[in-house]
Formats: sequence, C-alpha cells, structure tokens
Amino acid sequence: MKYMMFVCTDTEPETDESRVPDIEVWVAGNDAAGRRVTGNVLAPPSVATTVRVRGGEVLLTDGPFAETKEVIVGFDILECADLDEAIAVAAAHPMAHHGRLELRPYADR
Amino acid sequence: MTDVGEAVHAGWESYARIVASLIRVTGDWTLAEDCAQEAMAAALERWPRDGVPGNPGGWLRTVARNRAIDVLRRAAVEKTKLQEVAMLWDPSQPPAREIDDDRLRLIFTCCHPALSLEARVALTLRTIAGVPTADIARAFLTTEPTMTRRITRAKSKIAAARIPYRVPTGEALAERLPGVLAVLYLLFTRGYDADGEPAFASEAIRLARLLAALMPGEPEAPSLLALFLLQHSRRDARRDPAGDLVTLDRQDRSLWDRAAIAEGLEILLATPVEGPYGIQARIAACHAVAGTDWPSIAGWYDQLVRLQPSPVVALNRAVAHGYAFGSAAGLSLLAEARAGGALDNYPTAIAVEADLVGRAGDRPRAAELFRAAAAAVPSAVERRALLARAAEMGD
Repeated sequence: MKYMMFVCTDTEPETDESRVPDIEVWVAGNDAAGRRVTGNVLAPPSVATTVRVRGGEVLLTDGPFAETKEVIVGFDILECADLDEAIAVAAAHPMAHHGRLELRPYADR
Repeated sequence: MTDVGEAVHAGWESYARIVASLIRVTGDWTLAEDCAQEAMAAALERWPRDGVPGNPGGWLRTVARNRAIDVLRRAAVEKTKLQEVAMLWDPSQPPAREIDDDRLRLIFTCCHPALSLEARVALTLRTIAGVPTADIARAFLTTEPTMTRRITRAKSKIAAARIPYRVPTGEALAERLPGVLAVLYLLFTRGYDADGEPAFASEAIRLARLLAALMPGEPEAPSLLALFLLQHSRRDARRDPAGDLVTLDRQDRSLWDRAAIAEGLEILLATPVEGPYGIQARIAACHAVAGTDWPSIAGWYDQLVRLQPSPVVALNRAVAHGYAFGSAAGLSLLAEARAGGALDNYPTAIAVEADLVGRAGDRPRAAELFRAAAAAVPSAVERRALLARAAEMGD
C-alpha cells in the first residue's frame, strides 16, 4: 500500500522538542527497510508556479494554488503494509514534532 | 418450545460474531452487515412459525454464511475466497478462539484513532451492536441521512486508507486500549445521560463484558465493566414517577439492582487498580454500599486527579471533599478547579457551588446559584431538578 506523506509546517505554537529524531537516520532506516520509495525537500511556495488550461489557453499564476499559513515543505512516498505502519513511520519523522504530516493513500491501492 | 423473544434476543449475541468473521474473510463491511441482518430477519420470521432451532446461534451463522456465498458467487468472486467463507464456523474445526479474536479485531478497527471520535462511536453501535442508523442519529441529534453518510465515510476510510483489521500487540495495545475503552464509556454515558438513549447503556455493558472476557490480562477492561454495572444498578431509582431526577442521597435503595452491584463488587475484588477506570469503579462501589464512605471517595479522587488532571475530575473531587471534610474544604477545592476558566458557565460547577454554599448556611445565595445553574443547563429534566433544589433553599 502506497501513501503520499505531505511534510507540512504548523502554525500552532505548541511543539515537542524532546527527543526529536534525526532526519538522516529516519531516511536511512526507512530506505533500508523498503518503506520509503522516494521523497525530497521542496523549494518554498514563493517560487511555485500554478498552471491551468482554460479556453484552450495556458494560464500561469506566480505562487501556490492556495495561500495558506501552513505550507508543504517536502514529501515522501511510503510503501507500508497498512495505516498503522504508515502512522508509525510518520510519527518517527522529525517534522511530526514541530510540524504536521498528512498521510494520503494512493487511490488505486 | 423455547420462548421465541428470548431466543431472538440471544441471537444478537451471535450478530457481532457473524459480522466480525465475515469482514475478516471477505473484507466487505456492507456485505457482512447485510448478511447478518438478513439472518436476524429470517429468524424473526421463521422461529415464531416453525419453532426455535436447537442451536439458534448456529442456525443464524449458517443462514448468514449461505447468504454471503450466494452474493459472492453472483459477484464472480474467486473460488478460494468462496471456500474460505464456506469453511467459516465449520463444526469439524474448533475455531472458538479465532472467532473471539474476530470480534476483538472488529472493536479495535471500529475504534481506530484515525477515525473521528463520533465516527468511532457510531460505527461501533452500527457494526458491532447492530443498532439501527435511525436510533444512532437520534442520539447524536442529527438526521438519519447525515448519520448514514458519516458511517459510510468511516467505512470507506477503513478500506481506502487500509486501517488494519487486527488487535494491536505489545506497546501498541497499551496505546490503543484506552481509546477503545473511551468509546465504550462515551456510549455508556450517551445511554445514561438525562436525555440519553437508555438502550445504549445496555449495549455498552454488553461490549464491556465482551472486552473484559476477551482481554483477561488488562485490568482496565473489567474495571470499566464494573463501573458500568455499579452505575447502571441505580437506573430504576434515578427518576421519580414524574420522570424527574432523584439525587443519589434521596434514592430509594430498594430499587437498586442488587445483582448488578454484587457482580460489580465481585469483579473489583479480583481486579487490581491500574488506571482511571479502576479508580472510578471504586468510587462507584463506595456509592453503592450503605453508609457512603466519603473520606474514601475523597482519597480516590485525589488519586484520579493525578492520573486525569481535568477540570471535571477536579470538580468532582471538590464535591467529595465537601462531603468528607466540610463545605469549606469543598469550596476551596472548587476555587482551584475553576482557576483555569474551563468551568466558567458549566452548570454542574454552579450547582456544586450552590450545594456547598447552602450547606455552609447561606441559603439565599444557594437558591440564587441553583437558579443560575438551571438557567445554564440544556436538559429540561435537569433544569426541573435544579429549580426544585432552589425552591428548597427558599423554605
């Protein structure tokens, strides 16, 4: 089962700075276990370009498709047996401590 | 002939087993529920006419299984799956343990924390207890189509996000069990509240009994069952003939369910105190025996507030200390409980202050506070009870 994990910032002030995992350890461990297919850190939304086609014309907008305080700063594609395993992988990510992670399963299973 | 009503009622014990096992084998929640319900409907139709079969549970399982095979065959499901369904509840195999595990799996899946709390309660009622969606909707003050959508959405999430059909083990079990117990607790209070759905309390007891039997190594499960039994034992004494609430100290104790109290107390004798339900059950036990031991109750609340430092627990602690050590002690703890502001305008907190102030001798102020509590409470039954207290203070 594949899950897209969005790595996001969080505007809520409360964070958990105790025993924050190391990202390198997280990546290496999940790569070795075959639970992380790929993933990366993304450039900020300020350099995003939004693309639409309307009336046969390509319309470009400078910036993200929605202006929000929380932004997606990275992503990982996970390969997990089920949601419980994906939750455990997400909970061990450093951004779970001061940001938020969103797990979205692939629709085609 | 066995009483048909009794047999059909006993058939509901089979309902969760049927649903749980069919979900495990087919992975199809709707199919599992439909087949279990059709079996129940067939029993209601045939048993009064043909007599109750010797093994009602087996009869229901056979009808449900055959129905499932029919549906799956028409859907051209692969042969191995059909065989797996056909093997369900095969009397030549002794799968009792696995069937029990199926029901436990179902409970843990319905109560998965990736579902909203409300969805968990609704799904548990619908899938495990077989409660009609219309009744669940009424208890949640919403419409049947809305509740249907909510339950359908929860089921789709279980499938689409692949929420596992499994009882967690080890550390994960310790993490997840409190969530399951919380769902049962919420279910019970929905049944027990002044305007609640009384049948939900019985369902919660049934599920807690099942959980306690299936998880003998977890003291909080039987503790929760004991807590329910002890609270529920007072169900017939909580209302007067006009339907108004009767406070504990004024209840006719001859109306209390002695058997339920005895069972609750017996469970507690055999169960160590490990968590909040163990403590709450012991508080309920103190209330269930003659000559309420308020100092003990106050001591239990001291422990509970350390485990669960919530404003409502702190409020109940103030009540206990007020009865055990005098209204001044109660009022001082009440002020502490209110310090965070979470209890502002909370009717129960106002009523507690009214009671403490009244017992301290300031009856006019107490009457005023009881009226303020009555104005803040949403339930008509509770409002009448508070206004009656206010009137007493005016005497």
